[in-house]
Amino acid sequence: MPAVKSLEELKKLREEAIQKRNAKMTSGDVQITVAMGTCGIAAGARETMRAVLDEIEANNLAGVVVKQTGCIGMCELEPIVMVEAGGHPKVTYGKVNPERARRIMKDHVMGGKVVSEYVIQSA
Amino acid sequence: MKLRILDFRFGSEEDAQSKIQNPKSKNVMRELALHLLDIAENSVSAQARHVEIGVEEDLQHDRLRLWVQDDGRGMDEDMLARVTDPFVTSRTTRKVGLGIPLLKAAAESCNGSLHVHSTVGRGTCLQAEFQRSHIDRMPLGDLAGTLYTLVVGWPDVRWVLHYRVGECRFEFDSEPIKQALGDVPLTEPTVLTFIRESLQRGVAECQQGAHQGAHQGAHQGALQGG
Repeated sequence: MPAVKSLEELKKLREEAIQKRNAKMTSGDVQITVAMGTCGIAAGARETMRAVLDEIEANNLAGVVVKQTGCIGMCELEPIVMVEAGGHPKVTYGKVNPERARRIMKDHVMGGKVVSEYVIQSA
Repeated sequence: MKLRILDFRFGSEEDAQSKIQNPKSKNVMRELALHLLDIAENSVSAQARHVEIGVEEDLQHDRLRLWVQDDGRGMDEDMLARVTDPFVTSRTTRKVGLGIPLLKAAAESCNGSLHVHSTVGRGTCLQAEFQRSHIDRMPLGDLAGTLYTLVVGWPDVRWVLHYRVGECRFEFDSEPIKQALGDVPLTEPTVLTFIRESLQRGVAECQQGAHQGAHQGAHQGALQGG
């Protein structure tokens, strides 16, 4: 692996990211959490998370944090994804396959509209 | 056979666990990379801050070895016995998942084995070994995807991958990346592209490089054999 070259590349990416952050006002940060217990993984949570990350890349979304958590006790509804956006209460989505994940990214994360048909819990 | 026994014993367990055991279910862990993800998640649950993942495809001896080593809180002997075989004791004070027993069953059905070494307060090391060419050996699957998910999803953990296929090696360490980025998060779109591509390229090159090497190796082996 050409380590030195890639680290230089990263430093450039860092500067670009900081400039972009200064230039634009963020409209409230978004936190997305994907449940990655054994139950989640077996139900396809890795591909769900991948779809979320791919949408961030494809739409150049800044200010989105994607984290993982373990089993949250609703194994039959896995893969489970939680979204906290723009200071609103956390919304929990169930049976989130990659297709549903893309819809949630488009409608909820980018459009600000909760995708009510996939919601299993809203606190 | 083993899977069926598990099914019977865990008839009242949660839906998701029976799902894992049902080979006909669509939702099964059919990739070694998914098992690695599952085991690495255990490390995170055990408060690990530094996790090393190894995958070694030993073409010469036809073995495939996996290991996950962490600096988490570790396990005592009782816990250790139960994570690899949940039926050795009737004590049920703490719930034990089926991820490790399933990987153990998979390894043993492919002329292999699974061992876990652990020291309380110091960490755990899980090793699994398969006959690489065994007809029942599940594919490695998306190793780059597993690492990508872990590196981005648990940014406070240092993730290191050691991948070897034949003589071809790929090493990945999340630490220098995080140092170079400072306070810029890993989920910055351009950073995601960087990490995803580094992992995909590294794993693919290793597999392609070894493939070419394997042809040479096979040729040399034939000559020696003759």
